[in-house]
Amino acid sequence: MADEKLPAGRPYFHPEGTEASGITRREFLGVAAVGLAAATAAALSPLRQLADFPTLEDWLRKHYTELTPRDKEAIFERIRAQVEKDYGVRPNLTDQPPLDGVMFAYALNIGRCVGCRRCVYACVNENNQSRDPQIQYIRVLKMKKGSIDVETAEHYYEGEVPDPDHYYMPVQCNQCRNPPCVKVCPVKATWPEKDGVVVVDYNWCIGCRYCEAACPYWARRFNFKKPGLPKEELNPNMGYLSNRPREKGVMEKCHFCLQRTRAGRYPACVEVCPTGSRKFGNILDPDSEISNIIRTKRVYVLKEEVGTNPKFYYYFNV
Amino acid sequence: MSNFLLYMRRLVLELFEGGWRYFAWTLLLALLSLAGLNAYCKQFVHGLVTTGMTDQVSWGLYIANFTFLVGLAAAAVMLVIPVYVYKDETLHDVVIFGELLAVAAIVMCLLFVTVDLGRPERFWHMIPGIGKLNWPGSMLSWDVIVLNGYLLLNIYICAYLVYMKYLGREPVRALYIPFVFLAIVWAISIHTVTAFLYVGLGGRPFWNSAIVAPRFLASAFTSGPGFIILTLQLIRRYMHYHFPDAVLLRLRSIVQVSMILNVFLFVCEVFKEFYIETAHVASAKYLFFGLHGQHGLVPWIWTALAMNLAALSLLILPVSRSLKYLNLACALAIGGIWIEKGMGLVIPAFIPSPLGEVVEYLPTLNETLICLGIWAFGLLLYTLFLKVTVPVLKGKIRFDGNAPLKAIQ
Repeated sequence: MADEKLPAGRPYFHPEGTEASGITRREFLGVAAVGLAAATAAALSPLRQLADFPTLEDWLRKHYTELTPRDKEAIFERIRAQVEKDYGVRPNLTDQPPLDGVMFAYALNIGRCVGCRRCVYACVNENNQSRDPQIQYIRVLKMKKGSIDVETAEHYYEGEVPDPDHYYMPVQCNQCRNPPCVKVCPVKATWPEKDGVVVVDYNWCIGCRYCEAACPYWARRFNFKKPGLPKEELNPNMGYLSNRPREKGVMEKCHFCLQRTRAGRYPACVEVCPTGSRKFGNILDPDSEISNIIRTKRVYVLKEEVGTNPKFYYYFNV
Repeated sequence: MSNFLLYMRRLVLELFEGGWRYFAWTLLLALLSLAGLNAYCKQFVHGLVTTGMTDQVSWGLYIANFTFLVGLAAAAVMLVIPVYVYKDETLHDVVIFGELLAVAAIVMCLLFVTVDLGRPERFWHMIPGIGKLNWPGSMLSWDVIVLNGYLLLNIYICAYLVYMKYLGREPVRALYIPFVFLAIVWAISIHTVTAFLYVGLGGRPFWNSAIVAPRFLASAFTSGPGFIILTLQLIRRYMHYHFPDAVLLRLRSIVQVSMILNVFLFVCEVFKEFYIETAHVASAKYLFFGLHGQHGLVPWIWTALAMNLAALSLLILPVSRSLKYLNLACALAIGGIWIEKGMGLVIPAFIPSPLGEVVEYLPTLNETLICLGIWAFGLLLYTLFLKVTVPVLKGKIRFDGNAPLKAIQ
């Protein structure tokens, strides 16, 4: 081959470039290499603004179910310190385990809901969701009376409620017994707890949003940017698997206010509802209000055909 | 071992050798890749808010391109099957170019999935053993396995065959034929699993259809060999690697049949969606005609349809025996399928949302730059693969047993 006949030491010297431009190939490649290195450095420059890169300790943090009590205490202490630093309040961070003999379920009286959306905002305040952009777990659909087609529903209605020509259908996580979001998660970052609540490990989620695509109820939310939560609006009573402040790039969802319900309180949306349309309790207890409703009222679930078997029921009072 | 290191060194040196066209092309691709890297750094800092995606349309251009490229990677099998299964020697000399394309395409796929992650630094959560891969439950975990497996298989097959060629030795059949056959099954599996990723979602009626996997394969076996027809001519022209036109015409018959199947399956799906008009037709209505006053994808899908039909007509007519028309048909088919399988498949499934909301998706400039960057990087890789492979295949770079050191010093 022609190249191999060239003088030793410059085997890949190419005559074309040299004669025309007066620079050798080696010089050309040198300039190109320096130029590309500079261009690469310039391309990487936005990384200087990176503020929330995880520490090695956080990056290597194990899955929630594999943490020992000692791991947990160390992690909780780090979170408390971080929250105190970011929000100026020392939080009451807990990790209540599920209670034995408890399976939570929810029932919503569709005939009584007046569409005031107090539940939506009580949820946001309780659960430390991002205010900018605002993340809401509950979506209230304003439906024309006589219509069951959600495509004709109004999602962003304003003005006085209730409107006599409409009824209102709030939708939130259905806490499915057969949850598609759990099935599709590639890393088991979301799972149903023993009390039936589907939770997310915010430190294990990789942010692929497959669960968001899988959910038939549009109940999951993604943190497209760092959550914007003003200091004065932080709720310092927080649970590890529920309402502690989230990070950019992870999923979150309704968790039946675990930080409250596992301590014997109602979820914020139930407590705030002015019409008593929202009912919550333990379906394993036959004497509970929720068990009574499911037994005696006309009850239905959304999208029964997708086989998710929700624990969130709708009912009416006739 | 020293022979192998010498070989690697000669290949690396070969990368810095070439005419102005080669340097201009690789420099252009390198700069575009860097533009994409820059855009990605911005996304990494600020989050996926830099994209046009929302909670309503939670997958966009990244996953669309990913889906198309899985097809391109799988299509290498359309060169492998005639050669290794039917002993059709026509394609023998070019089959390696299909396998190299598969490697570059899979790298692009993996990059497209990575840039779609909200927390890319947690990728290790997917590694079996140290992470918690949800296998066999999640179709995404299957995809991680089959894509990486296919990448390794193709790297091994290409590297082994090219190195044997360099040494001037006949490849040992036992060392590569089993892998070639495994790769055939594997190629079908990567695109099937990727289809199942969508099919497996009961809450998305637009995807929840058994025909998605066959449609994926038909479109992949059209666009992939079509892409190879175009690149082979570039290789012949600029790298002086000679092969007869019969090679291209053999690929033409593959593209022809696949395109007929592709259009047929498409018609089946359109019938099922529109004739019954159940509530499930909403996404298809949005795609083809718009829904509640929103028409974002309408011009795209009709363009794609026109391109596919034009390509089909050219392919079944004898005119496409002339390379000029064959190339036109391939370009049309690639463009049409890229739109149809990318934006036409991924985005409408999110519109309307499960709660009936019609929120449209428009990619941002930053997101588009990242896509361009990944494409440029993939083409750069493919160019470099060809740059080192072609001289070996032509015997220009070959093992000189007597004086290995002299050859390069």
